[in-house]
Amino acid sequence: MGKELAAVIGVGQTAHRSSRKDVSMAGLVREAALEALVDANMTWKDIDAVVIGKAPDMFEGIAMPELYLADALGAVGKPMMRVHTAGSVGGSTAIVATKLVTSGVHKRVLTVSYEKQSESNATWGLSVPMPFSAPLVAGAGGFFAPLIRSYMHRSGAPRHIGHLVAVKDRLAALRNPKAHLHIPDIDLKMVEESFMLWDPIRYLDTCPSSDGAMALVIGAEDVADRSDSPKAWIHAMAMRSEPTMFAKRDQVNPLAGRACAKELYGQAGITDPRKDFDCAEVYVPFSWFEPMWLENLGFCAEGEGWKLTEAGATAPSGDIPWNPSGGVLSSNPIGASGMVRFGEVAQQVRGRAGDFQVELKTGRALGHAYGGGSQFFSMWVVGNRKPGA
Amino acid sequence: MANSFIAEHSLEYPGGYQRSVGPVLGRFMTALREGKILAVKGVDGRKIVPPQEYDPVTSDAIGSKAEDFVEVGPAGRVVSWSWVNEPRIGKHPLSVPFAFALIRLDGADTTMLHAVDCGTPEGIATGTRVAPRWRTDRVGKITDIECFTVMADGEQPVLAPARTNLPGDDTEEGDVTGMNSQFRLDYRVPAGASTRRYLNGLGEGKIIGGRAPSSTEVYAASRGTDPKTGEPTSIEVEIADTGCVTTFCIVNIPGLSELAPEIPYVSAQILLDGADNMMFGLIRGCAVEDVHMGMRVKAKWADELAPSHNSILYYEPTGEPDAPYEHYKDNL
Repeated sequence: MGKELAAVIGVGQTAHRSSRKDVSMAGLVREAALEALVDANMTWKDIDAVVIGKAPDMFEGIAMPELYLADALGAVGKPMMRVHTAGSVGGSTAIVATKLVTSGVHKRVLTVSYEKQSESNATWGLSVPMPFSAPLVAGAGGFFAPLIRSYMHRSGAPRHIGHLVAVKDRLAALRNPKAHLHIPDIDLKMVEESFMLWDPIRYLDTCPSSDGAMALVIGAEDVADRSDSPKAWIHAMAMRSEPTMFAKRDQVNPLAGRACAKELYGQAGITDPRKDFDCAEVYVPFSWFEPMWLENLGFCAEGEGWKLTEAGATAPSGDIPWNPSGGVLSSNPIGASGMVRFGEVAQQVRGRAGDFQVELKTGRALGHAYGGGSQFFSMWVVGNRKPGA
Repeated sequence: MANSFIAEHSLEYPGGYQRSVGPVLGRFMTALREGKILAVKGVDGRKIVPPQEYDPVTSDAIGSKAEDFVEVGPAGRVVSWSWVNEPRIGKHPLSVPFAFALIRLDGADTTMLHAVDCGTPEGIATGTRVAPRWRTDRVGKITDIECFTVMADGEQPVLAPARTNLPGDDTEEGDVTGMNSQFRLDYRVPAGASTRRYLNGLGEGKIIGGRAPSSTEVYAASRGTDPKTGEPTSIEVEIADTGCVTTFCIVNIPGLSELAPEIPYVSAQILLDGADNMMFGLIRGCAVEDVHMGMRVKAKWADELAPSHNSILYYEPTGEPDAPYEHYKDNL
């Protein structure tokens, strides 16, 4: 953390849909940004700087979108920058924006992330061949499915665990009007009977491809103290990365994720995440990543994650709800998805999560994003009281 | 003959991006299809063309109502320009030498970039009067104006000619809401030292890797550095073309790549004998149900070897006993 405290004082989010043909890319980010400004009782003039993030440029074929989006985001005459860390970018963008405040450089920073995946095809955008390299020939899911097989083998988890997550997150999404997928009759049978795409991943074990944007207004302590808007105080932030491949790399339980969580929990004084958090929003694009990340994030011992899932501990009614918003499995505008996680936990501690509000006991929650080949991690802890208070 | 060590690498979304343009640009583009150029009025009343969705000074949304738009031009004056002496066919708007010019259309307060067909650089200057040369097959894109041309003194701009691609009587032609955006980036990527070493090996039916002097870990293929230390993998090591499947998935989706075999097929991570990093490969030569973790496999080489990854077609089972779990458990 830096020398100053910071808080989320405005949150804005578009509804996530398979296609937003009614707006341009600028129109999409604008919707989220404007909602966040209104939430923060601010106008464009109040903002000192703008930080945007999105995933690979090949998704929409716009290089340097920050130039094109400056006027839509009120950034004319202000510092503006773009952050890029693959699928974790929504999280790292929020962290960069927050550090502009905790460092004392700015008082009010608007941060926005987005994806308009309907303009191309996400599977294509994620598997553009590289020169001289043998292509994977299996698509994005074909990269992650073998890791899931490794997890199942190592942990001895039964095959239905992933399907439980697929059902749980889609049921949660029914309470979230902004979620992309609303499948009222979702059940285990429907997931089990859905098409086997990349054995062991079935169709309903995967996330959708969405158009959507997320925006946050980050304010310095004095700005937040004067604001009538509810606050999500930022207690800790961390980012870690590692190469896609190296000798004896633990691909199931990556070192960078463990190190990131350790750093984060150290900053926030978290000793037992399952008890210390009221909920978590964690980047789970394939259902099996819930038990895998439960272990990576220290919510249980290695090999035990699937037991938490199976026991219902991560359901909205469980002792540690994971993804009460419906998560990435219900909405995935890739570049925004990490910031959606960060923003949804901010809404929880602000008491603004509507029909999927969890009960606040500790008043603290974990936001998480990952990207690339499970190699970029960004995380934050937010709380409804100032750190240490 | 193609150089094996320089890749002709292209980035192009097949068929082009399907872009939605929003209501403000949609109105501008619909007007282009009708042979008219619209400006949008900014917060201060300035007439901005091409229109923008948000005011460039205040960032307020503009152009929400029909009366916020005014027709400008079609003629205008060149404000600044640069000369393109060697146009790139298919990339530049014209195939003859031309000027890119910033043009202030009559009635507009901003300039618009477009091409001017004026033969030689002597044919254009700041202040030159120009008018659009419209296409007849207009679709609602900025290229509906093929280019601008220089006007003689006192000449009046001609109206856009009638469209030749009008929809049939039974077809309702709605406003323009999107566009297809096609582009392609062509790169020539030279192989570095470690990639050359690896490719040369493939051409001889060998898998070459390297290791850094400070490490015992061997990286197969074109790893130029040890990913743990960043030290160059300067010591060349030949690796066996046999190994074991560590983990895998069975792909049931057709058409993921031009190189994909018929579904179902197995995409695996393979730990080659003598290497410490994982390689991706397809497993063939047995039923997909028979592929399992620890299965011993060998590279199937192409009949004609070349310094290319295509020299290894896939991996197939050797029939040897499985590798023990201890052998590969730290690589999962």
